[in-house]
Amino acid sequence: MLHTNLTHVLSEQDHSKILQENENVMICCGRMGPMCIPVYEVMEELESEYKNVKFADMEFDTPDAKVIRNLPECRSFQGIPFVVYYKNGQVVKATSSIQSIEQVTTILDQNFGK
Amino acid sequence: MNNHFDVIIIGGGAAGLTAGIYLSRAKLSTLILNEGTVGGQMVLTHEIANYPGIESISGYQLARNMKAQAQKFGCTIKSNLKITGIELSGDMKQITVNESDVYTSNAVIIATGGKSRTIGVPGEENMKGKGISYCATCDGDFFQDKEIIVVGGGNSALEEAVSLTKYASKVTIVHQFDHFQAFEHYVEEAKLNSKINFIMESKIVEFIGDEKLTGVKIQNIASNEIAKMTIEGVFIFIGYVPNTEKLDGMVELNQWKEIVVDKNMATNIPGVYAAGDSIAKRYRQVTTAVADGTIAALSAADYLNSLKKAFIPVEV
Ligand SMILES: Cc1cc2nc3c(=O)[nH]c(=O)nc-3n(C[C@H](O)[C@H](O)[C@H](O)COP(=O)(O)OP(=O)(O)OC[C@H]3O[C@@H](n4cnc5c(N)ncnc54)[C@H](O)[C@@H]3O)c2cc1C
Repeated sequence: MLHTNLTHVLSEQDHSKILQENENVMICCGRMGPMCIPVYEVMEELESEYKNVKFADMEFDTPDAKVIRNLPECRSFQGIPFVVYYKNGQVVKATSSIQSIEQVTTILDQNFGK
Repeated sequence: MNNHFDVIIIGGGAAGLTAGIYLSRAKLSTLILNEGTVGGQMVLTHEIANYPGIESISGYQLARNMKAQAQKFGCTIKSNLKITGIELSGDMKQITVNESDVYTSNAVIIATGGKSRTIGVPGEENMKGKGISYCATCDGDFFQDKEIIVVGGGNSALEEAVSLTKYASKVTIVHQFDHFQAFEHYVEEAKLNSKINFIMESKIVEFIGDEKLTGVKIQNIASNEIAKMTIEGVFIFIGYVPNTEKLDGMVELNQWKEIVVDKNMATNIPGVYAAGDSIAKRYRQVTTAVADGTIAALSAADYLNSLKKAFIPVEV
């Protein structure tokens, strides 16, 4: 389990459940490393501001993370974390590697609003 | 919320957090304003094994500990924000955040540290995470049995090139000079590694790729000749630049844009101190940042005391 204050997606089942129960979901799939930690921190920071979005993380090296690693939207990715944004269960955006708060909020505003 | 503090610290890395610990513990109201992730470069470090008293700790954990310690003493920390205005002259300093929130203080400590230098050529921003990486430990395993390039000629570049041979079938070091700026043992280790080869006096002038990195254009600096190389991975380790662009013209900077301070960490502006990697100094380490932060905090506290003394009404 990742050491963050976000909701943890621990299995394929958790992944399906979170998508079923929430219209807007952002999942950061990474490790506890320098490219991922800043993204978790940005998500923790934005959680209170974007009440309409469910923010979650998933461990990159858990076998069940294939639900993210094998997404066609992540096919070209070669840097962690893989961050995937879902609306009504469908991928609307995916990014690879570290992202700033401005980059994340731009995607959230464009796809989910506030 | 009261927006006036005794001291505002700009930057929440090792230097800023240490200053925050000292000032808050001395019961001075202290605000740390940090643009990125609290902890700064410490968060970029997987293992710190040279911080006295702690045999080994992840940079992230050390940063968390420092942050918690500062908060325990009452230090306010705000992160992931944008500083949009800085006014340092005069007795009342003023910092504007996100265009709208104004914070004032009697003293300021600048601890903005440094960041990785990017090459700054076409394709670099686009290919980040799609073949370009700045972290070998994070992304090395994406390049199992592939050929990769490491750009740079300092300690980090050579050390990481060697570590990347665990995954890559071949590592080509591209460096702009004909010699390295690294400790001899790093150079020796790289030269002895059969998976590593070198392209010297050369630089990448373009990254090629659409969905993924597919190649680079490399220019020989002596002949200006440009050659195309097919490659899927490039790791960049070309040093650090101080985060002082917002301070240009406000405090004295040297030719490398580092902040000039005296032995008390005082800048040329009364009440403004600086600490850590953003100042002009030779050795940039957590220990030196922590030491600078301590000195800056104690000097700022002294300065505040001298202001108070100056305001004691004189009996007539
Ligand atoms: C990969 C790597 C490995 C390292 N390994 C070691 C090691 O093993 N041991 C060791 O001792 N040292 C190591 N170092 C060096 C050490 O991390 C730094 O010297 C030290 O952390 C510098 O601390 P600092 O507080 O001065 O700056 P930083 O850590 O850079 O912190 C500055 C903070 O200020 C913020 N900031 C920047 N601009 C602004 C602005 N305009 N307004 C507000 N905030 C701003 C940044 O977001 C950051 O959080 C390593 C560095 C790197 C990059």
